[in-house]
Amino acid sequence: MSADEELLEDLLAGKHRALARVISKIENRSPGYRDLVSELYAHTGDADVIGITGSPGAGKSTLVDKLAETYRDRGETVGVIAIDPSSPFTGGAVLGDRIRMASTVGDMDVFVRSMSARGTLGGLSTATADAVKAMDAFGKDKIIIETVGAGQNEIDIVRTADTVAVLVPPGSGDEIQTLKAGILEIADVFVVNKADRDGADRTVQELRDMIQLDEGGGMGGGGGHHSQEVIDAHDDWDPEDDVDDADAERWTTPIVETVATRGEGVDDLLEAFADHRQYLVDSGEHAEQVRGRYAEEIRTLLREDVNAVLEDRLAAAGGVDDLAEAVRQGETDPYSIADDVLAPIETCLEDLEIDDG
Amino acid sequence: MSSEQEQESIRCLVAKVGLDGHDRGAHVIARAFRDAGFEVIYSGLHKAPEEIVQAAVQEDVDVLGISILSGAHDTLIPKIMDGLEEYGAKEDTLVLAGGVIPEEDREELMAEGVSAVFGPGTSIEETIEFVRENAPQR
Repeated sequence: MSADEELLEDLLAGKHRALARVISKIENRSPGYRDLVSELYAHTGDADVIGITGSPGAGKSTLVDKLAETYRDRGETVGVIAIDPSSPFTGGAVLGDRIRMASTVGDMDVFVRSMSARGTLGGLSTATADAVKAMDAFGKDKIIIETVGAGQNEIDIVRTADTVAVLVPPGSGDEIQTLKAGILEIADVFVVNKADRDGADRTVQELRDMIQLDEGGGMGGGGGHHSQEVIDAHDDWDPEDDVDDADAERWTTPIVETVATRGEGVDDLLEAFADHRQYLVDSGEHAEQVRGRYAEEIRTLLREDVNAVLEDRLAAAGGVDDLAEAVRQGETDPYSIADDVLAPIETCLEDLEIDDG
Repeated sequence: MSSEQEQESIRCLVAKVGLDGHDRGAHVIARAFRDAGFEVIYSGLHKAPEEIVQAAVQEDVDVLGISILSGAHDTLIPKIMDGLEEYGAKEDTLVLAGGVIPEEDREELMAEGVSAVFGPGTSIEETIEFVRENAPQR
């Protein structure tokens, strides 16, 4: 048995060290990590994946800690992926979220893993998605992804989650702020954390107004429509459950108030997560969501691989520096170069198609 | 395949264990490690040995730096080493101790599996160099 096969077996047998090691391989893109991840797929699909995002200081880590504690009280095992930024200059990072996971220390069934961005564009979301698979295959019931803060990167990462909670601290801006596109649109659940603070009521009211304005729009990641294709494609949807297709309800983003430091509102939040999960399954949206996710994974992998092939070709053509210099000297232009570099590949592909035909 | 470009980064856990409540040194080290390009996980104050072990195993760190000023190193560090062994993590984790550790206690700590003891006055550069040279190749 190869070392990787052994590692996979240990992971499936519930050995923590093996899970930790597999996640490192994924992060490092160590040789053979792809085969490892591809083996994981057969063992995934049972975990609920929850994304927690919101601006820095919104109380994400503290809330995640309480969520994990509550799930554990209910007898469920939890995986947490806490993402922190890394320095764009040195690649270094201080991964500090673990400190706030105080309620569950010493309990190995809460597996907290800190990840840094490592400066790779798009690479983090791939690594996160793969780490989720490792935890899912390991047998975690609930997996919580906690993101850095509010930004486009977060939006990529939370696509890995079934349910996304966006934390909105009290007094986080006037109503215009809440109409801004982006982070608020990805919410399946709004959490007004620090609800004991001044301005919490106003923030709740503003969110409520925004949600009402959006009725008929696209809040919550798409409507409850499901084509026959979707119904055929997913096996956790039972037509009997769907009383009347015309009544298929859209998800209305609930607002939950919490005081994470005291654990207040955490049960309500878990209920909102469970409701959303139920909605996803009943509406057929879950199948659509999962399929969309896999489509994105396939595209990302293909892009990475094609990119590598192109890098090799560039190197074979003498490296990009000489080509860039040629452009600078006015001898050619980037468009011509791209055509030249790609032409043989296109010819190859065409020849292949002819052979197949 | 060339697309599998390795992106390895040295991961360190900077840990405070036991009752000592001074973590300025740990903060300085954490920050210096970050600036050296390492990924640093800081444990926070007042951690029990088993909490440190849990974090070291889950985070799969290459390096565990234990900062201790309370004088309890001879009881707490062996507990951490035993915990690492239990999870099969002792062999390939570089364990460093720092803080106030008397000369006469060092040999015993080294026998427990600690790779180096950095007392007061050790330069940060020296520590970083040591980590770079000795971080386990996995």
